[in-house]
Amino acid sequence: MPQSVEKLKDHVKLFHEPEYADMLRDKRENFECPHPEDTVREISEWSKTEEYQEKNLARKSLVVNPAKACQPLGAVFAASGFEGTLSFVHGSQGCVAYYRSHLSRHFKEPASAVSSSMTEDAAVFGGLNNMIDGLANAHSLYEPKMIAVSTTCMAEVIGDDLNAFIATSKEKGSVPQDFPVPFAHTPAFQGSHVNGYDNMLKGILTNFWEQAERTPGTAINIIPGFDGFCVGNNRELKRILDLMDVEATIVADPSDVYDTPSDGEFRMYDGGTTIEETKAALNAKATLSLQEYCTKKTLAYASGKDQETASLHYPMGVEATDEMLMKISELSGKPIPDELVLERGRLVDAMTDSMSIAHGKTFAVFGDPDFVYGMCRYLMEMGAEPRHALATNGTKPWAKKMKALLESNPYGQKCEVWQGKDLWHMRSLLNTAPVDFLIGSSHGKYLERDTGTPLIRLSFPIFDRHHHHRFPTWGYQGGLQVLVRILDKILDTVDDDTNEAGVTDISFDLTR
Amino acid sequence: MSLDYENDREFHEQVIEDVLETYPEKTRKRRKKHLNVVSEGDSDCGVKSNIKSMPGVMTVRGCAYAGSKGVVWGPIKDMVHISHGPVGCGHYSWGQRRNYYTGETGINTFAAMQFTSDFQERDIVFGGDKKLRELIDEIETLFPLTKGVTIQSECPVGLIGDDIEAVAKDKGKALDKPVVPVRCEGFRGVSQSLGHHIANDTIRDWIFDREKPSDLEDPDAGFEPSPYDVVVIGDYNIGGDCWASRKILEEVGLRVIAQWTGDTSLAELERAPKAKLNLIHCYRSMNYISRHMEEKYGTPWMEFNFFGPSKIETSLRAIAENFDDTIKENVEKVIAKYRPLADQVIEKYRPRLEGKKVMLYVGGLRPRHMVSAYEDLGMEIVGAGYEFAHKDDYQRTMSHVKDGTLIFDDVTAYEMEKFIERIRPDLVGSGIKEKYPIQKMGVPFRQVHSWDYSGPYHAYDGFAIFAKDMDLAINNPVWGKFKAPWVEA
Repeated sequence: MPQSVEKLKDHVKLFHEPEYADMLRDKRENFECPHPEDTVREISEWSKTEEYQEKNLARKSLVVNPAKACQPLGAVFAASGFEGTLSFVHGSQGCVAYYRSHLSRHFKEPASAVSSSMTEDAAVFGGLNNMIDGLANAHSLYEPKMIAVSTTCMAEVIGDDLNAFIATSKEKGSVPQDFPVPFAHTPAFQGSHVNGYDNMLKGILTNFWEQAERTPGTAINIIPGFDGFCVGNNRELKRILDLMDVEATIVADPSDVYDTPSDGEFRMYDGGTTIEETKAALNAKATLSLQEYCTKKTLAYASGKDQETASLHYPMGVEATDEMLMKISELSGKPIPDELVLERGRLVDAMTDSMSIAHGKTFAVFGDPDFVYGMCRYLMEMGAEPRHALATNGTKPWAKKMKALLESNPYGQKCEVWQGKDLWHMRSLLNTAPVDFLIGSSHGKYLERDTGTPLIRLSFPIFDRHHHHRFPTWGYQGGLQVLVRILDKILDTVDDDTNEAGVTDISFDLTR
Repeated sequence: MSLDYENDREFHEQVIEDVLETYPEKTRKRRKKHLNVVSEGDSDCGVKSNIKSMPGVMTVRGCAYAGSKGVVWGPIKDMVHISHGPVGCGHYSWGQRRNYYTGETGINTFAAMQFTSDFQERDIVFGGDKKLRELIDEIETLFPLTKGVTIQSECPVGLIGDDIEAVAKDKGKALDKPVVPVRCEGFRGVSQSLGHHIANDTIRDWIFDREKPSDLEDPDAGFEPSPYDVVVIGDYNIGGDCWASRKILEEVGLRVIAQWTGDTSLAELERAPKAKLNLIHCYRSMNYISRHMEEKYGTPWMEFNFFGPSKIETSLRAIAENFDDTIKENVEKVIAKYRPLADQVIEKYRPRLEGKKVMLYVGGLRPRHMVSAYEDLGMEIVGAGYEFAHKDDYQRTMSHVKDGTLIFDDVTAYEMEKFIERIRPDLVGSGIKEKYPIQKMGVPFRQVHSWDYSGPYHAYDGFAIFAKDMDLAINNPVWGKFKAPWVEA
């Protein structure tokens, strides 16, 4: 018997036991009508060839394992960065169950949002009644300070008009007239979650800024963008701003709501940019986005309000952090304090100590466009060489900018930019042009298995490892975290390659 | 073993009343019908079910697509299941359900992958049929060992008037493989449940009734029927559940010719009507096709329950009633063989779990099916609810729950939080969305969709893991750390 109380086996080991292995072999041979083993092996080998890659890259309609989600996920994420804000997604209800699950699986935290639960009758008659009842229910049950409305593709296809629906709902008393209900149309069939983030953020700012008078001030707004590491990163950002003594508002800050304590109380809302801060953000001297491709429309809107605007691409590593600090200094007029110079020196020191480990190692990177840009840039600072840079939701301008970055750097010369490609394309690339390491999300684990490329998890979503997002990847401190994660993976791989006693362990070195 | 206890009826009735107070009047009236306290002897739990969720209340439910792609079709491993429409649905459901399978993913099996038509604006405007045809060809080119394709419709497909059935017919003929159009758009019905039903119907129409081209190799060639052929239906092999069940069914001498739909191959779908008996685990999601097989092929079906030793023994004996003495004798041998294991598990864990109160809120089966497994460990069920059960599920529930048990249908996040706050159960079993809020309240929790990344829980091998997991959830030392020692309560 494979199971016992003393040596209890779960799924990890149980099915490797002979009783199960035999049972599964018999099942396959007797009942599954499998393809002959030779055929499977042949196709498996063929799938690793140049010929297969050519067919794979020629795909026009089929998308396999894309590294992108849909707009409303970004909208829900953006809204969670505001104080007491409940996301209300207008359309089919299953979508909301998916966004909540997705966010909870990554953050290991509650993720609250409601749906207007539209069904077939609403598909015919429109979802106005769902909006009227839904806003009233959400308002009385969950006592939010703001309800941020976005849309599923169902509501978009039938053409529900959020502006009119919300106005009617207010007339019917669903929520008080002065209760903030910003909205954004977030069709899943355009762009990806990064665009949903942008649209919702613009919607929220529009709600508070459009009718208000701007009194130009000296503060600056900083928009972090869609970021799975927001908990660690936004807190690091605040620490830096405090050190610099900069008057700044982080616009959309979910670092508290996705990191609430376990103390006996469930906080549906926690932290976030307050409504007062959001209103006052109109008066800011400037708005700085830390992720350009998450904030195109929002920045254009801020610019239209006479704010100075600037954008970065996921500030990871030395140069990108330098650039961020100098930009903040420039916009705020505050100098960069010595303490940050010291931190910079410590990161550079760590990179100096470890240069021989990462130098010359080759990498494939996938994820959101700003992440891929920032990651490749930092890798090149270590003397590492990105070879494949892939963003399923990357745009043509992104690809152009990526190419310019890579061409400008001796370590980026051999890197290909893959715009709009998916992780099945990446599988071919890793087979035909292998690299030493892969950087991306948990979805990369299938590529790790299929191509033997060790995966370093540094982007959203991370489902199969816990708590990394609670530590920063931005700033010099974040740069250090990222460096350590990369070094650990490289050195673990070296140990794995040299750990067979008496066979490969000649260089199983104590000091590396 | 059946535990003797009853729940506090008056308290539970008061809790319902208090919880309803916050609702706007219209919603209060509606929600009232979904909450009840059961009385022994009633014919069902006395709640309305399988009706629309109220907007804005934070229902836990999903959609028809989740029921079809996520539950019934998705695990069928040697077919490709296309999430047809925008990218999100397939993305969020990608690799999340833990329906284990064997095979080389991407070569001869495809379950933990995300295939999508990734609709863009132009597909909404001009329709997606052309794209669908093209991508089915691309699947054939890049994944030649696929045994067939299903088209899992997302919301827009049903709204823009695409004719996926026509595409499916053409392509099925051209490829000599089943191409199955599934109209599981998320706005259809009120929950996952209609998706199960639609998926069942498409198995009937597009797999059983498929006209197989004459020159196609006969999948039944070499298949010798036996008097002991059974099919396990409605087991999605979460964490390997169905394998644990299959093992003891084979030990009693039955031949499992197909298991639906965890670790399922197309051949197992096609051959199922040859069984002598269909054994249904999840009644809610696959009773439809079982009834169809009874009507059309005369295959009888029975429900069984492999959660916990009491139900395993009862179920094995009930199953044996349909077969000859050999099977009946074998069943007794298997029960005797595994009883020491079950006893050891109970001996070890029951003292740590005795009298602990449990609330369950899951899909359409487990809140009743798992009750006895908890009771085997001395635990008591204080409250139970379903996301998408129907009236017949609430009828079936009555024989499992005790007088005074709180029942909640399509519970809202608000109600759930308030119920837990007031009742303070020792353990809650529900889903990922409920896990973190409840744990933060200081209440132990286990996910009972995914087995919280553990399992299997079915059959004897699974029961040991189940007991271990309930113990760790309740007795982990972290629960004593919630309050800082210098902070007064």
